[in-house]
Amino acid sequence: MSAKSLFEKVWHDHIVVPETDDHPAVLYIDLHLTHEVTSPQSFSLLRERGLKLRRTDLTLATMDHSTPTVPVRSFRDLQIVAEPQAARQIVALEDNCREFGVTLHGFDSEHRGIVHIIGPELGITQPGKTIVCGDSHTSTHGAFGALAFGIGSTEVGHVMATQCLLQRKPKTFAVNFEGTLPRGVTAKDMILALIGHIGVDGGVGHVLEYRGSAIHGLDMEQRMTICNMSIEAGARAGMIAPDDTTFEYLNGRLMAPQGAAWEQAVARWRTLPSDPGARFDREVTLGVSTLKPMVTFGTNPGMVVAIDEPVPDRNDSNFRKALDYMGVTAGKPLAGHPVDIVFLGSCTNSRISDLQQAADVLRGKHIAGNVRMLVVPGSQKIKLEAERLGLDRIFVEAGAEWRESGCSMCLGMNGDTVPSGQLSVSTSNRNFEGRQGKGARTVLASPATAAASALAGAVADPRPYLAN
Amino acid sequence: MEPIAVIRSRTVVMPFDDIDTDQIVPARFLTTTTRDGLGEAAFADWRYDAQGAPKADFVLNDQSARGCQVLVAGKNFGCGSSREHAPWALLDYGFRAVISTEIADIFRSNSLKNGLLPVVVDADTHRWLVDNPGAQVEVDLDKLEVRLDDGRAIAFVIDRFSRYCLMNGIDQLGFLLKQDEQISTFEKTRPWQP
Repeated sequence: MSAKSLFEKVWHDHIVVPETDDHPAVLYIDLHLTHEVTSPQSFSLLRERGLKLRRTDLTLATMDHSTPTVPVRSFRDLQIVAEPQAARQIVALEDNCREFGVTLHGFDSEHRGIVHIIGPELGITQPGKTIVCGDSHTSTHGAFGALAFGIGSTEVGHVMATQCLLQRKPKTFAVNFEGTLPRGVTAKDMILALIGHIGVDGGVGHVLEYRGSAIHGLDMEQRMTICNMSIEAGARAGMIAPDDTTFEYLNGRLMAPQGAAWEQAVARWRTLPSDPGARFDREVTLGVSTLKPMVTFGTNPGMVVAIDEPVPDRNDSNFRKALDYMGVTAGKPLAGHPVDIVFLGSCTNSRISDLQQAADVLRGKHIAGNVRMLVVPGSQKIKLEAERLGLDRIFVEAGAEWRESGCSMCLGMNGDTVPSGQLSVSTSNRNFEGRQGKGARTVLASPATAAASALAGAVADPRPYLAN
Repeated sequence: MEPIAVIRSRTVVMPFDDIDTDQIVPARFLTTTTRDGLGEAAFADWRYDAQGAPKADFVLNDQSARGCQVLVAGKNFGCGSSREHAPWALLDYGFRAVISTEIADIFRSNSLKNGLLPVVVDADTHRWLVDNPGAQVEVDLDKLEVRLDDGRAIAFVIDRFSRYCLMNGIDQLGFLLKQDEQISTFEKTRPWQP
């Protein structure tokens, strides 16, 4: 039998009907995650066609995108502060989940949080699964060796009705990260460097597999940060082979297999990594030992540069338009550029180790007077854990706002926005024009860089703050 | 869905690369619970100023853009989020085809489910289209070619299954529902259960 890649193994394991020239493959979906923004039209589709939701046991809902994150005394109060249309969307999700029998981690659930945070946290994200959600950052779950990708609302309806999707087989792309990360340089800097290298369309039509010594050395939270931004390179999905780090993370989690089932699952998961000699349609190798903190300077994640290197220039109208929008000057490093807002959060960087990284920079210091900093944990569990560790006090004493969990300022649709013309250093995933609010300017960076920038009141290199 | 055969229209040109779904429909319009009425939100931040007045320098606000059904855009059109609100907004606005040298995966998939044709052409054809805004074109789904008003016909590819559904005005769910028996067999006989 020929050598297979991780992706090919998971793909073949889920083929219900093989693809032909006449139709795509029918691919079985093991886990469907859903949220309030991309599901109402899908539930309507079921209702219009008189269909049931086929596998409620493989479907899990939460609310994150349009939910406010302002601190409140009870989660119920969140509904009071939500904008009316967002509140209606939240109520629609509650009604739809009740009508179709879907488990919902809503306002009152201790498991509520960003959909891509809670799947791994609950242990329902597992190696070898196919996982979909009406959200492009579903690629996050690929960190566990799952084939996980974002879909639109029509396909959300397809999965609800049949637990399957019609899919053409994507191509494969091996991304090798080799070396050891220097201090103050993180997974976020690795993935930004990759997107800068292959471009925001470098992965179109492909599933990426991240490999190499630098990937092997990352914990699960950092691996999730890498896979999360696969879509920012245009890729269909991003995957990392499961290993002992993966199993250790999952062991004992609420929805992970237990007892004998755990042993069986681990034995199966150990067969998933790409076979030696597995072929990929493309391959690229990046060294990380000399990598520096990376920051974006333009209006897509591929416009990225090391923090102390000059912003490049190109005689290209797209490029100049982006610099104009950002108010950034070519030829000068981004370090020192004034900052109005710092956002620490999102499905890219809102896990406990992300908060820890930022807290290490902020401890005992105060952010600049002109800066507003929001710290938004990825889930209610992370919020509690951070409070147990005293991280919330470090943030509050530094002058930052400590918020309820949610997508928050990543996408400006829940009340948390960056005012027009202001510049935000953000740990999220997209620096598109207006992504964080109409006219907002976004610099993507790691949690450590974001925290250092909050202290300096300007884009700042985190490494001096971590000297000891 | 209406069956699609040939789309005849003048073009509107947005020559920028990497036009993302946040430009096509900003997130603040995503709190809707229906598919309708998103045409007003299409390219909202490029189309309207802070007071909500149309920006004179944006192509869709130009008189010549009225009634155009074919959008010509730079490479990697529709990158970013999975929001199907992007093709919904473009269709509600009145577009029926997007021509580029490259179209992002999820956006392409969403477009095909809704009757917005994602058409990928070679760089030379694309340059001609960018240089000739307002050109009269025919996008022919049956013959899989774009005909330009200088007489050229340029071939494009659309997955056979999607093309069949679009030409017959049927959605793809019907095909999946017909696989019910195979799906049940798969569920019962697979070596492990999720």
